[in-house]
Amino acid sequence: MKKTLIATAFLALGAQAQLAHADLTVAIAGPMTGQYASAGDQIRRGAEMAIADINAKGGVLGQKLKLEVGDDACDPKQAVSVANTMVNKKIVFMHGHWCSSSTIPASEVYAEADIPMATVSTNPQVTERGLKNIFRIMGRDDQQGMVAGGYIADKFKGKKVAVLDDKSAYGKGLADEMAKAMTAKGLKPTLRESITAGEKDYSGIVTKLKQAGVEVLAYGGYHTEVALILRQAQQAGLKLTVMGGDTMTNSELVTAAGAAADNVMFTFSPDPRKNPDAAPIVKRFRDAKVEPEGYVMYAYAAMQLFADAATQAKSTKYADLEKTLRGGNFKTVIGDLAFDAKGDQKQPGFVVYQWKGGQYDYAAK
Amino acid sequence: MAYALQQLINGLTLGAVYGLIAIGYTMVYGIIGMINFAHGDIFMVSAFIAVTAFTLLAAFDITSLPLALTAVLITAIFFTSAYGWAVERMAYRPLRGSTRLAPLISAIGMSIFLQNMVQLTQGARVKPIPPVLEGGIEIWQSGGFTVQISWTQIMIVVVTIALMVGFTWLITQTAFGRQQRACEQDSTMTALLGINVDRTISATFMLGAALAAVAGVMVTVYYGVVDFFIGFVAGIKAFTAAVLGGIGSLPGAMLGGLIIGLIEAFWAAYLSPEYKDVATFAILILVLMFRPSGLLGRPEVEKV
Repeated sequence: MKKTLIATAFLALGAQAQLAHADLTVAIAGPMTGQYASAGDQIRRGAEMAIADINAKGGVLGQKLKLEVGDDACDPKQAVSVANTMVNKKIVFMHGHWCSSSTIPASEVYAEADIPMATVSTNPQVTERGLKNIFRIMGRDDQQGMVAGGYIADKFKGKKVAVLDDKSAYGKGLADEMAKAMTAKGLKPTLRESITAGEKDYSGIVTKLKQAGVEVLAYGGYHTEVALILRQAQQAGLKLTVMGGDTMTNSELVTAAGAAADNVMFTFSPDPRKNPDAAPIVKRFRDAKVEPEGYVMYAYAAMQLFADAATQAKSTKYADLEKTLRGGNFKTVIGDLAFDAKGDQKQPGFVVYQWKGGQYDYAAK
Repeated sequence: MAYALQQLINGLTLGAVYGLIAIGYTMVYGIIGMINFAHGDIFMVSAFIAVTAFTLLAAFDITSLPLALTAVLITAIFFTSAYGWAVERMAYRPLRGSTRLAPLISAIGMSIFLQNMVQLTQGARVKPIPPVLEGGIEIWQSGGFTVQISWTQIMIVVVTIALMVGFTWLITQTAFGRQQRACEQDSTMTALLGINVDRTISATFMLGAALAAVAGVMVTVYYGVVDFFIGFVAGIKAFTAAVLGGIGSLPGAMLGGLIIGLIEAFWAAYLSPEYKDVATFAILILVLMFRPSGLLGRPEVEKV
């Protein structure tokens, strides 16, 4: 009897010791390939830097973090298979996915496997389905649509505005919200259309906009299509002011549209690069030749969020993490994070930005 | 009216590009009876070669447009034909005696390989080129709407017509054209008569790739940006064009391309841009239901 006890104790000790040496696996997922791969690239660079920093400070609860990268190419089917792979890899935390249409189905898999996740997907349905494991570190489309639509209605009163989307969960949701907010403020859209993402020729829709005398384009979708629309509009002799959502933060917009990208406006959370607390991190990114634009700092913040929550909870078990995340307040490079019962950020706040000469900054009120 | 004319110009330009790519599908089908699923990606590779060539020229400060464009075209055709040759050598020739399915799958593999290769070596970001051939001419004004043809649109249509003429001559008048048509009819017999069938098939792949190369260069100039993903959509549309026109038929491929370009433009113009692809493919299905060999295709004759 005594012998067994001692043996068990030894075994338990051994197991304990082994656990202490094992790594904690955290993961990111998003479009690492496909046409939105540049966003996936931003997320990866942000997460890698965060994990290097956290590990340099001794890791989380004495364990080093290891990063797994999942590629869903913004394809919902692939997103579910990535989610299952990640569950098999026993990850303790997920940051992703990026496209709302991927996040929504994939989050069900993580929820079933008790894996907490942070996301920047903005579609309201991401948190509206009552999943307990999801925490959104970005605002929602209904909020950003309201800000964007309201801005258009105030700023461009009396001008012809077209509302366009790319049929994606993110794009259509955002465009609908913008249209709603504009109409509520008394500016009815002249045109309401959808395009197919991934094509190169938008001369048809551009001609249609020109025919209707549209000056302002409220766009729900990703930066790649807007860039082409702008470039083709310029060729057709049509000058457009564009208002879009958070995906327009991507500097690829300027590379692709050139000077036509001036006057592209978009809504995004307050610029984390302007956060004085984040200055050293911003400098480290720039030293590493990575401009911390778009989602870079958000991915960094997501990893900080996990590290902070695990440290506060003194555990990486799902129940403890979830409770801590829901109740706590976390300091990150994008500012303080706290979540409501749905998992939405308590203080989202959207600001209107404008591209000018290859840089984006707050737009004039 | 002015609006319709503008959409007609848009549709013709788009259709010309689809047509040029579609010829590659149709020729390969004609000679070996199989679809080259890597053809769309060959077109994409050409666009990337064009971007590199344009960037290099800009770095050497060569700004004379005709010179730059010719240099880029020659470079793109040279390298892209090499890719076409390689696809045939790796994905088709080793499997020539096997089941029909095997080469199709290896071609899809080639397509995925090319996409990933370009993504890994060139990055996933869009590649822009400095503006080439900007501006255009205003041809008509009516009801406050100005119809514009940009120089690039004119270039695309002119180059396409010139290529079509040259190509028809090549197929109908030259020794190579005769060999190629002979291989299409009966490759075993052609081989017995002392024609190098392997070389003819290789040349066919290279010719198709060369046309895709021209399309790639023009699209690069027209849209100004490329990414590693453009081969997919363009490939599917061009493939549809080839089937619609009657796969195996060269004028059919061009006609199919134009029809698809025009349907896209006019459907987007007067109905909803949202459903323009639905319309395109619905028309394809209708044509195939009532005329299974496509618009200009001949019904398959069982060879005895």
